[in-house]
Amino acid sequence: MRLYKGFFLASAAALSFSVLAQSSGSGGLQSPSSGGAGLGRAVSEAALAEFDLIVGGSGENLPAGSGTAAEGQAVYEANCMVCHGPEGEGVTGATRLVGGDMQSEGPPLKTVGSYWPHAVTIFDYVRRAMPADNPKSLSDEAVYQVTAYLLHMNGIVEREDVIDADSLPEVVMPNADGFEDHSATR
Amino acid sequence: MTDPLQSAAGNGLLHRRHLLKMGLAGAGSLLATGVAAQDQALRLQIPEWSRRPGPGQSGYGQPSPHAERIQRLFSPAGPVYPGGGASRTPLHQLQGTITPNSLHFERHHAGVPEIDPAGHRLAIHGLVRQPLVFDYEELLRYPMVSRIQFLECSGNSGALLGSQPVDGTAGSIHGLVSCAEWTGIPLSTLLDEAGVADGAGWLLAVGADGASMGRSIPVDKALDDVLVALYQNGEPLRPEQGYPVRLFVPGWEGNVSVKWLTQLKLASGPGQFRDETSKYTDTMPDRSSRQFTFPMGVKSVITSPSGQMHLSRQGIYQVTGLAWSGGGRIRRVEVSADGGRSWAAAALEAQHGDKALTRFRIPWNWQGGEAMLLSRATDEKGQVQPSRAEVLERQGTVAFYHNNCMQSWAVAADGEVRNAFV
Repeated sequence: MRLYKGFFLASAAALSFSVLAQSSGSGGLQSPSSGGAGLGRAVSEAALAEFDLIVGGSGENLPAGSGTAAEGQAVYEANCMVCHGPEGEGVTGATRLVGGDMQSEGPPLKTVGSYWPHAVTIFDYVRRAMPADNPKSLSDEAVYQVTAYLLHMNGIVEREDVIDADSLPEVVMPNADGFEDHSATR
Repeated sequence: MTDPLQSAAGNGLLHRRHLLKMGLAGAGSLLATGVAAQDQALRLQIPEWSRRPGPGQSGYGQPSPHAERIQRLFSPAGPVYPGGGASRTPLHQLQGTITPNSLHFERHHAGVPEIDPAGHRLAIHGLVRQPLVFDYEELLRYPMVSRIQFLECSGNSGALLGSQPVDGTAGSIHGLVSCAEWTGIPLSTLLDEAGVADGAGWLLAVGADGASMGRSIPVDKALDDVLVALYQNGEPLRPEQGYPVRLFVPGWEGNVSVKWLTQLKLASGPGQFRDETSKYTDTMPDRSSRQFTFPMGVKSVITSPSGQMHLSRQGIYQVTGLAWSGGGRIRRVEVSADGGRSWAAAALEAQHGDKALTRFRIPWNWQGGEAMLLSRATDEKGQVQPSRAEVLERQGTVAFYHNNCMQSWAVAADGEVRNAFV
């Protein structure tokens, strides 16, 4: 067992060394010091900007651009309506986007409007995953527009309200206080 | 002389020590006068396949064409959301505890991406000392560890919370759990290399599928026992399990073990992704919803006899099944044949591990009457698997994730086995 561990340590050190040697000849990549094999290539956050689609719970990484529900209606009708229906009523239960009430007597209808706690999640999810048959095909501008339209269909914003990186995180969803963080329950 | 078959609980359950003698159970009934006649019927010949050489080697082995064609269980995807769906492990057709790679359950949110590992990258960034990018060849050069552990979708067994018992099998009801030997790099190794910065409370993980599915994991768990997995049962991950690289988060709901892993971003708070707000959250009877309910509870299911099986003759059967817990090792499994009125301890396989599927067995003497078979697991933390009524009391009827209630199988006098509620 001790020999085995020693082998790993020795090989890790050798790998680190070889990467250092490579790095010095390939444009000044730095090899970070650590207990691992040290093979990760140093990169800047700027180089990851187009790759990083995470908006974040507070909207900290929302991109430039803006949109209104009035503009978003055309985006919705061209890209979303075929599965989510003309009024967001859905073509199956799972595709419904509008309506519902978490305090209803019977089982609550969960939609973007009734259940989702954060408006920024609409932007994040639509940009990364929608439309389902052609994800990531919408521009940031179009995602802002259709986000505004979804909020408007649910009666949360007005038709001409401008939705952008500043205003979207300020939108309060009807079920914003409906969630408890259980991550500490192990 | 003592009774050679010691009863352990009501309605025919026998002491687990009789497992060793089960092969002998029928032997005593053969009369000496019957042996000669049977000898004629059993007169063995050299079979045809012993008289010629076979076809030889193959590059990648396949099941025998004569073996039962065991398949994952799934419904065709709907036209609206073709990439969304799941397939289930046919637990009732398997033995042991390791799930063959071809039968491991699947859950996809935008189908299975076809990834060329040469073009795949894993970035670690955000609140770190030094953002890093790794390619597949680089990841393969890191020291790795292997662990045999289960993976379970939090939606598994949700059907049991419906108002009526569905007519299903152990696989169709509980098959969103599988177990494999996962080999990969401790995530802590890569996080240490990037240097987790002060204030980084969460790790946001994103896959390279069409949905770029994301989940958030507390940093303390990420630094504890999470793997960046590259191999499954000794071979590179299958595409449907995240090839070329996935997270493997032991004991937690399967969705956080992000497949096709391409991004790990350290942040102060969770990402509030769609799949940790709209989905994979649990709405309680008071309509508050629980978020980040990560650990999978202690659970067991009898896989044989189980739903849609048929007991063709009276006599001794081996009752067997699987137990597991996100809390660690299985300490005990009890089995009842009388709907939970009396219980007997089942034998556990010798080498059951931490957060691994654990096989249990107990002999049962079925005399042709009605029976209700249940199993109840207890883990090393002392957590006991609840009844269906207790789960409904705990979480109501809106939540359907994280159901770990006991499964009851009704055996009718004609030998038919059906899913039933106690």
